[in-house]
Amino acid sequence: MLKIINGQVYDPTNGVRGEVRDIFIENGKIVKPSSLSQADEIIDASGCVVMPGGVEIHSHIAGPKVNSARSMCPEDHYDHFKGSTSVSRSGTGYTVPTTYLTGYLYSQLGYTTAFEAAVPVLEARHAHEELNDTPMLDSGMYTLMGNNYMIMKILNEKDDIGRRERLRDMITWLLTSSRGYSVKVVNPGGVESWKWNQGGVDLDTPVPPFGITPRKILLELVKGVEGLKLPHSLHLHANHLGEVGNYKTTLETMHTLEGLRTHFTHMQFHSYGITKNNGIKSAAREIADCLNEHPEFTCDAGQIVFGPVTTMTADSPMQFRLHQMTGNKWINTDVEMETGSGIVPMRYSPSVLFNAVQWCIGLELLLLVKNPWQIVLTTDNPNAGPFIAYPSIIKLLMDKDYRKAMIEQLHPKAVRYTNLKDIEREYTMEEIAIITRSAPAKILGLSQKGNLKIGADADVAIYKLQKDKEKMFAQAKYVLKDGRVVLKDGQIVKSILGRRFVVEPDGCKTLLPDMVEDFNNYYSVQLSNFAVQDDYLLRSEVISCG
Amino acid sequence: MKILTEKGERKMAITEHKDVVCTFCGSLCDDLVVEVEDNKITKIKNVCKIGRNRLMHSQLDYAPLKVNGQEASLNDAYDEAARILTEAKAPLIYGLSSTTCEANREAIELTEILKGLIDNPSSYCHGPGVLARQFVGMPSCTLGEIKNRSDLIIVWGANPMESHMRHFSKYSVMAKGMYTPEGRKGRKVVVIDVRPTPSSKTADMFIQVTPGHDFEIASVLRAMLKGLRLEGLDDDSLVGGVPLSRWKEFIELIKASHYGVVMFGIGLTQSKGKDLNIEQIITLVDEINKFTRFYIMPMRGHANVNGCNQVLSWQAGYPLAVSYNKGYPRFNPGEFSVVDMLNRKDVDAALIIATDPGAHLPKSAVDYLKSIPTIVVEPTRNLSTPWANVVIPVAPAGVGVEGTYYRMDNVPLRLKKLVDFPYPSDVEVLRAIKERVSHVKNN
Repeated sequence: MLKIINGQVYDPTNGVRGEVRDIFIENGKIVKPSSLSQADEIIDASGCVVMPGGVEIHSHIAGPKVNSARSMCPEDHYDHFKGSTSVSRSGTGYTVPTTYLTGYLYSQLGYTTAFEAAVPVLEARHAHEELNDTPMLDSGMYTLMGNNYMIMKILNEKDDIGRRERLRDMITWLLTSSRGYSVKVVNPGGVESWKWNQGGVDLDTPVPPFGITPRKILLELVKGVEGLKLPHSLHLHANHLGEVGNYKTTLETMHTLEGLRTHFTHMQFHSYGITKNNGIKSAAREIADCLNEHPEFTCDAGQIVFGPVTTMTADSPMQFRLHQMTGNKWINTDVEMETGSGIVPMRYSPSVLFNAVQWCIGLELLLLVKNPWQIVLTTDNPNAGPFIAYPSIIKLLMDKDYRKAMIEQLHPKAVRYTNLKDIEREYTMEEIAIITRSAPAKILGLSQKGNLKIGADADVAIYKLQKDKEKMFAQAKYVLKDGRVVLKDGQIVKSILGRRFVVEPDGCKTLLPDMVEDFNNYYSVQLSNFAVQDDYLLRSEVISCG
Repeated sequence: MKILTEKGERKMAITEHKDVVCTFCGSLCDDLVVEVEDNKITKIKNVCKIGRNRLMHSQLDYAPLKVNGQEASLNDAYDEAARILTEAKAPLIYGLSSTTCEANREAIELTEILKGLIDNPSSYCHGPGVLARQFVGMPSCTLGEIKNRSDLIIVWGANPMESHMRHFSKYSVMAKGMYTPEGRKGRKVVVIDVRPTPSSKTADMFIQVTPGHDFEIASVLRAMLKGLRLEGLDDDSLVGGVPLSRWKEFIELIKASHYGVVMFGIGLTQSKGKDLNIEQIITLVDEINKFTRFYIMPMRGHANVNGCNQVLSWQAGYPLAVSYNKGYPRFNPGEFSVVDMLNRKDVDAALIIATDPGAHLPKSAVDYLKSIPTIVVEPTRNLSTPWANVVIPVAPAGVGVEGTYYRMDNVPLRLKKLVDFPYPSDVEVLRAIKERVSHVKNN
């Protein structure tokens, strides 16, 4: 048995708010306090904060586009490297670190679970291969469905009941074939439209080839996910990401989905108002108000971090626009039958007005959404910033004087178009624990994560209390994974292979018979070679639906 | 898999493997049907001539297990390999393009432990394309998109009819897909090459260019696309040996297309200009996207050369030419590329996995390789096995062992095991060497 003593424990799920408590761990789980059994190991957490391990809800860390970015951007790697030790591998990279380094860097921040944000089924094998080389983290991935040909074909069917049944089966087949965890929708309809060289899509724009609208794609997929009782809600990257004035689309999307559990990802990118001269201004208030009225919705921030980033999404038209705007290098990959993707490296600067306003909008969202259980700290890594910047964002949230000092350094006009300087709220330690572990775990439906109740996975992060919250959260003093110390004083002391979370929804796990001909005609691989084989799941855990 | 029985006195079990992935070229056709009788591959369907040849010969002419010219046990070979590698100051780990990603993972970890150097054949094949992608990116798509959507295909510096023999029929020129029900008839096909080839014979438009002018051609095409005035050039002026009027025709074809694809080969990557050719052509393709969808794809040769680039990218952060001699990955093509390192005599031992430097590398590089301790891990006898200090025969990927390969369009596929081999896999060999090396390094 292992015992963590004298630490100030933050376990928001169970109402523990910094009280000094001892945590008992045995066989990888949190166990009942016991005076009977002897502790084999005692960690003295005096002067430290003890929290559940961090849970990353949205990060691009593994798979085809992440690796394309690595190979395209040696300049991201030259100055950022880590040598090998007796327990850890070497690695390189800043915004797109190598797999081993990704695991170690998350561990340093006290994170023990991370979800890859967007994976096509056709290339899911790649994402699993990389996650198998990403130590320290339990993980899972979201499967892209918002521009899937077979989904759209089913949505075009007239018979309501039959269509719903068939959609259920199609979602199940795509999820189980990819060994994904939840349904991801990226710019519904917009990526297919790009392949036809047509413009951006609104909620009611008919999308080729069937003329289905994004509104229909969204509504039916959200209901499909609900019907299957997947542990995580539909994970939505809405239409018009990054476009000035897009908050209207975001609000309309929210109104369309009222009453239906939905996760809106990287909300910062979807909360842009428009000035008279077609410039950007903050619409964070409008979006936050809507979230405050709708507890069924959750979001993550997608906070901007100044400095280099590598933008990468399945939203290929948006990436092309970024490429046109910046002139920076651009990778695109149209993926047959399913989706697309794009990559553009770039840089956010406080002296660029647009970027400064974006930065304020993310923080406004984090501060204006009243219930911290509805908003998760993310940077849409590495789109709005690298995840290693989380501690600096925590400091901005917890320290309003620091925040105001930072606002001073922005483009002078930024305050005109934002409300951040007038917001006095400071996050408490408990709220930080919520937005970095307890809320994401709850939103993901992972009852064994993000809390320290008896029986929970013994993933624990211990931080030395410091006045400077950036320093405090930048390097955990201890991280425990499955009850074993894996990191001590910021150094990896044990490398471990994490679990892969998968789901087994109650639909048909084989392809609908009348779709087989389409598969054979239009995919470039054989059906029997499509689904990810068991060989790629080295340590899987099924999270039950319902 | 089904068991067939033949008529006759003796019942012979024939196992039929369906949807087998071919391991010859980067097309990774995955619809082969392979019949196995008494652990011998006897018949293959849905396969090209080269693929058939490769599979049918995979059980012939095994590489001999030997240490310094003498027959040896596997353990002796592992011990000697580990000794050579640990005693070297700058060991080279090279090849890996015709083995699995699982083997690549082991090889990279071994390189890291040895603080050695690692490279794959892409540094002298499609490597310039990989570098060009680092300069300007690369708009591309999967092969199924070419099949389903492309109405214009440009084959530039490549001859798939002889190198990727089923590519045209299965994925591109002739393939019938979702919006291309007429297949070949519904497409325009342009071949640009320095000489007529079997591929150029299939084209609607064959543009025969003079060698070494690809950069210039792409530059002029970029200007024409943008409608810039070309000073000093009229319709009869020659660009790359071809009149400007013909290039105008070509540009109009591009503008009129809905979904075009450039498929390029080592005619571009290994001719004068190398990565600059590709950079300029990618930029052209990039700019065409203001008018229409247009993509570009390298016709990768060795079946898993892309997989090696992939694993190196996710473990080291760089796709090729990586040195671990400082304990972390460093990337410098030219300095850490195989031919350059051998020519400069920068390495003092070599572990070659799943490639034949004796057949592929320049003579000077091979001569140096012969002069340093060299270990070859390879299924069959080749031009390197006669002189290597240690030769370890292995079961070939996709025939004797399962594993992962990446197609030229980055789609990963799982290879099947078809027959038993009396030899270990690359993964097992590399692990055994790694364990011995680690043991030495830790003591």
